[in-house]
Amino acid sequence: MTDLYQSQRAMRHMRKQAIQRGVIAILDLGSSKVACLVLRFDGSARLEEDTEIGNLAGQSGFRVIGAATTRSRGVEFGEVSAMQETERAIRTALQAAQKMANIRVDHVIACFSGANPRSYGLKASLELEGQVVTEQEIARVLADCDVPEYGEGREVLHAQPVNFALDHRSGLIDPRGQMGQSLSCDMHMLTVDADAIQALVRCVKRCDLELAGIASSSYVSGIASLVEDEQELGAACVDMGGGATGISIFMKKHMIFADSVRMGGDHVTGDISMGLAVPMARAEWIKTMHGGVQATGMDDREMIEIGAETGDWEHDRRTVSRAELIGIMRPRVEEILEEVRARLDAARFDCLPTQQIVLTGAASQIPGLDALASRILGAQVRLGRPLRVHGLPQAATGPGFASAVGLALFAANPQDEWWDFEIPAQRYPARSLRRAVKWFRDNW
Amino acid sequence: MQPLNAPRRADPSPSRWSYRLQRWMLTPGFRLALRAGIPFAAVFLATSAYLNDPERRDALLTKVSEVRRSVQERPEFMVGVMAIDGAGRSVSEDIREVVSIDFPVSSFDLDIEGIRETIEELDPVADASVRIRPGGVLQVDVIERRPALVWRTRDGLQLIDATGAYIDHIATRGAYPDLPLVAGTGADARVAQALRLFAAARPLGARLRGLVRVGERRWDVVLDRGQRILLPETGPVQALERVIALGAADDMLDRDVTVIDMRISARPTLRMSEAALSQWWTIRKMNQGGQY
Repeated sequence: MTDLYQSQRAMRHMRKQAIQRGVIAILDLGSSKVACLVLRFDGSARLEEDTEIGNLAGQSGFRVIGAATTRSRGVEFGEVSAMQETERAIRTALQAAQKMANIRVDHVIACFSGANPRSYGLKASLELEGQVVTEQEIARVLADCDVPEYGEGREVLHAQPVNFALDHRSGLIDPRGQMGQSLSCDMHMLTVDADAIQALVRCVKRCDLELAGIASSSYVSGIASLVEDEQELGAACVDMGGGATGISIFMKKHMIFADSVRMGGDHVTGDISMGLAVPMARAEWIKTMHGGVQATGMDDREMIEIGAETGDWEHDRRTVSRAELIGIMRPRVEEILEEVRARLDAARFDCLPTQQIVLTGAASQIPGLDALASRILGAQVRLGRPLRVHGLPQAATGPGFASAVGLALFAANPQDEWWDFEIPAQRYPARSLRRAVKWFRDNW
Repeated sequence: MQPLNAPRRADPSPSRWSYRLQRWMLTPGFRLALRAGIPFAAVFLATSAYLNDPERRDALLTKVSEVRRSVQERPEFMVGVMAIDGAGRSVSEDIREVVSIDFPVSSFDLDIEGIRETIEELDPVADASVRIRPGGVLQVDVIERRPALVWRTRDGLQLIDATGAYIDHIATRGAYPDLPLVAGTGADARVAQALRLFAAARPLGARLRGLVRVGERRWDVVLDRGQRILLPETGPVQALERVIALGAADDMLDRDVTVIDMRISARPTLRMSEAALSQWWTIRKMNQGGQY
């Protein structure tokens, strides 16, 4: 646990440095594309007077000054699978973004969607020493949370205090300075495979960059695409990416659950490629231009030129009706949505007061998806786009950039994590001293 | 048909080195070094390599001084004559002697302030201003010291002005007959008082020979026929006026008196001459019987 503290604190420190320097890069490492945004912090919207990221959500105003996207290479299911290739993709995106921003960037915040995220709810309660809740008390109650066995080879990605309760009052966001007897807290912890993080860290290091933070893609796309009252009242965000579909549930502006389904738009493309016997690039084009999930009578008559460059005239002149294409795509999309439904059910999403579900991510742009999703996931489904942020190019405002934009918001407005609070250091010596005194009493 | 030797598409990603190079180029310090540091270093190296040879250095310096000379010696900057205003003939000659400049000379070479100081060091000059007038004239405006007194010392006769400053030696008293004469050590230190005394002594007319400073503390007024008026240290003018008033009333000064001692104002004392005294005794003897 201390090791995690150290590395996460080092990253937090790096982020502080980067924000002081004013420039930071955002890297969304997806399975189908790598997006890089360069942010310049102008310090306009600083809320904290001491102008640094402090505990309990420091903020900063920013502007996107560089944006670049490149086709992702070496990333599968949202995890790095070929390091050299991934490194090249990062270099390409970062170089283009730097060139657009005309500034050198040294610090990067990255997010990825895969690596089997798993959510845990942690709970702790504590009798207060004084009457007033201090930062020290919060640190103590956070440190008191009993960490479950999350397994070998896993690492904690997020550990956020979600809720504080003071005596019988629950739902406190910031209990500092309040009076009470006992303080309890709920914490949401997200663990991922350590290997995926290691691979990502190494890729970023090989590009001469400093990693200033890692976030889960499903979390940050939730930040970007859920509007404020959805975050407040409770909603789920489904980020349908290329290789993985991220799920995050928000409540009271905190993420309380995150998961990911290892299926996405690339699988739909693969189905088309196999079904129509065309290369992946062509299948991707056909999916983008003619894809859909709701067949109508019109679609039987709409013929699509498949096209190919094999040299075989007959093969290259095949056509397929749009209904057939939909027939290929729909089962796979349904499968993804069913899987999402299963994950949401496992998380007891149906117990939440509102059942709002927001679909975002590049794969959510399939025409007719909202109708299909509302049949599978429930009535309250909408398609979400990321928030508008300052200076973002028009090309990067689509739902595919939800996690990049969310990561920018996350960088500017970080959520307090467990490791942002000091480890209560004074407890251990006090206890050991008492133990020593007791030992003397008992033995002399 | 696809060509068999289709050109291999290059990897769109930048190579590691081109990526690093681009990042260097975006580094502000590196860019500054490229933009300013390298040209500066190149120019500096070239210049120092060129100047490393002493011959070239000398040639360059000669060239520079030649150009400088040619500009300075343009006729617009040349000064041809020196005009001296406000000085008499002898003073002008002195000035021309001390300021020995070979005209024509460039105005860049003239040390105006130095010339002015040199001229002011001359004794007869009270104040001088030097400037270069358009038309190449070195204009010297001099205010001469005005001789106020003739001072007789052991070295001879000197002219001094109203502040006591030395002006000149003169050969004979007759050269300045209208100036009053003073003598004695330290007389030049109290010229103002001497002048007030001379003003007060105007009724004495031609009888006044001059003033003598005695012991650097008080004045004697010397008249003809060897008469002296000994004035006190304080209030000499009042004492002299008193003597003159007495003289006017009693013709005291016309009598055979050698010294009128006013040093103690409460007790003015007269000293008669030897002859007068003996005559006075004779008269007293003659009159002794009748009078007493």
